[in-house]
Amino acid sequence: MTTKNTQKSEISGTTKSKKAAEAKDLVGFKRIDGRKVDEIRGPIKAKVGVVDNADGSAMYQQGKTIAIAAVYGPKKMHPQHQQDPERGTLRCNYNMISFSVTERIRPGTNRRSTEISKIMEWALGPVLMIDKYPNKVVDVHVNIIQADAGTRCAAINAAAMALAHAGIPMKNLVSSVAAGKMDKTIVVDLNKKEEDYEEGEGATDIPMTFTPDGKLTHLQLDGKINKKQLMEAIELGKKACKEIYEVQKKALKEIGEE
Amino acid sequence: MDKVRTTFDVTKERIKKHLLEGKRFDSRKPEEFRDIVIETGVSENAEGSCRVKIGKTEVLVGIKMDVATPYPDSPNKGNLMVTAELLPLSSPKFENGPPKFPAIELGRIIDRCIRESKVIELEKLCIKEGEKVWTVFVDIYSINDDGNLLDAAGIGAIVALKNAKIPKYDDKEEKVVYGELTNNSLPLAKNIPISITTHKIGDSLIVDPTREEEDISETRVTIGSSDGVISSMQKGESIPLSVEEMEKILDLNEKVWKDIFKKVEKFVK
Repeated sequence: MTTKNTQKSEISGTTKSKKAAEAKDLVGFKRIDGRKVDEIRGPIKAKVGVVDNADGSAMYQQGKTIAIAAVYGPKKMHPQHQQDPERGTLRCNYNMISFSVTERIRPGTNRRSTEISKIMEWALGPVLMIDKYPNKVVDVHVNIIQADAGTRCAAINAAAMALAHAGIPMKNLVSSVAAGKMDKTIVVDLNKKEEDYEEGEGATDIPMTFTPDGKLTHLQLDGKINKKQLMEAIELGKKACKEIYEVQKKALKEIGEE
Repeated sequence: MDKVRTTFDVTKERIKKHLLEGKRFDSRKPEEFRDIVIETGVSENAEGSCRVKIGKTEVLVGIKMDVATPYPDSPNKGNLMVTAELLPLSSPKFENGPPKFPAIELGRIIDRCIRESKVIELEKLCIKEGEKVWTVFVDIYSINDDGNLLDAAGIGAIVALKNAKIPKYDDKEEKVVYGELTNNSLPLAKNIPISITTHKIGDSLIVDPTREEEDISETRVTIGSSDGVISSMQKGESIPLSVEEMEKILDLNEKVWKDIFKKVEKFVK
């Protein structure tokens, strides 16, 4: 399976005939929104300083997914029993607002948001240098305003920018994207329709987070994929993360210019 | 209300002294609002949505709709639910967890402002009497709290309602087709309820307090009215008001209502 020369194909990804499906494998694959397999969604918008009250904040939009993040801290950790006397703690809080999706979600935390919050802590933790803040906590609140898949990646991207904006000591930023497999084609940055793709082998969703020097700090997978394809997907994701990193860096540099 | 007061006493005294001369820290008049910026359609998966900024205060309001069974006491009327969340993102004072009193009160005040003004013609949201009616969810989220979230939420709610389109309903499957909106707006009456809060600080009355001013506010009266017709009211905090003061508040409210209406008019037509 090759991801090259897939762009020129005229065959629609939604066609159902078997013949077309075979042809698709041979000459390539066209994505629902006409993107190339290695093309991330536009428009990508990034902006820091969107919440005046916060110590640091950022908005990150990729396609139709919009996340805003705000950082408060380092401040005294409450509840007290969660204080770590040896190092500072990062506490993330991921939340989707009720009207960010087509079917209203009940406000408040659920199992999914609890897990994603923890995933964010793991993804961002390695680049933070908060060892010198014993008993303190850095709170990162991320809210998804509009969702079209890839919300955890947008959340991580916004959070990394907000942390940098807050002046929290960091080794580097992190950038996050979802790679995936639609039927047999490896693609990057799936949107909701692609995530729900059901033909052939269906869709595999692989959200991942990279540091700019190429280390993975977060990796998840849902679907069905073999080793070779997975490695291909990771490489594709790594490339996309580099592009996202440039966007994040640019947005952070713009603060000084305003 | 167990509000954390962060404005220092010195500042409090200075604000009071200034107000006696009719002045405020940001050179506004007591009855003057900060700039209001409204943006509609901020979340495209919502049936209607808007962002309202009053100075640095910012709220997001979204409308979602669903089909549900009506309440037994109103079998031919749609349901209205207003909820507010004070996001920890918007202020260091707000914390995670179940909604606390300020968020519940905010939601209820806006709920009554919308409901009692009868701006939504709930009878028209009935699909089958006693069995199926539309539920309208008005969800309010704070993004940045620099005082007066209440009035920002009130403006946001009415603008979002005006902005909303009813989703498609599949009669055969008997369920809502999410993600597909019809061209039908919500059945709204012509009156536009706007909720405006007047705060009493010392002997002065002001509207649209900043965070500092709201922190030292002694008592507040929120009035939901449309063009002179008052349909909901709530006095918050425990400092008493004299009847004369109440009359002053009503006069002030009438005046401010006209100003605000001019500013939001083009979004609610």
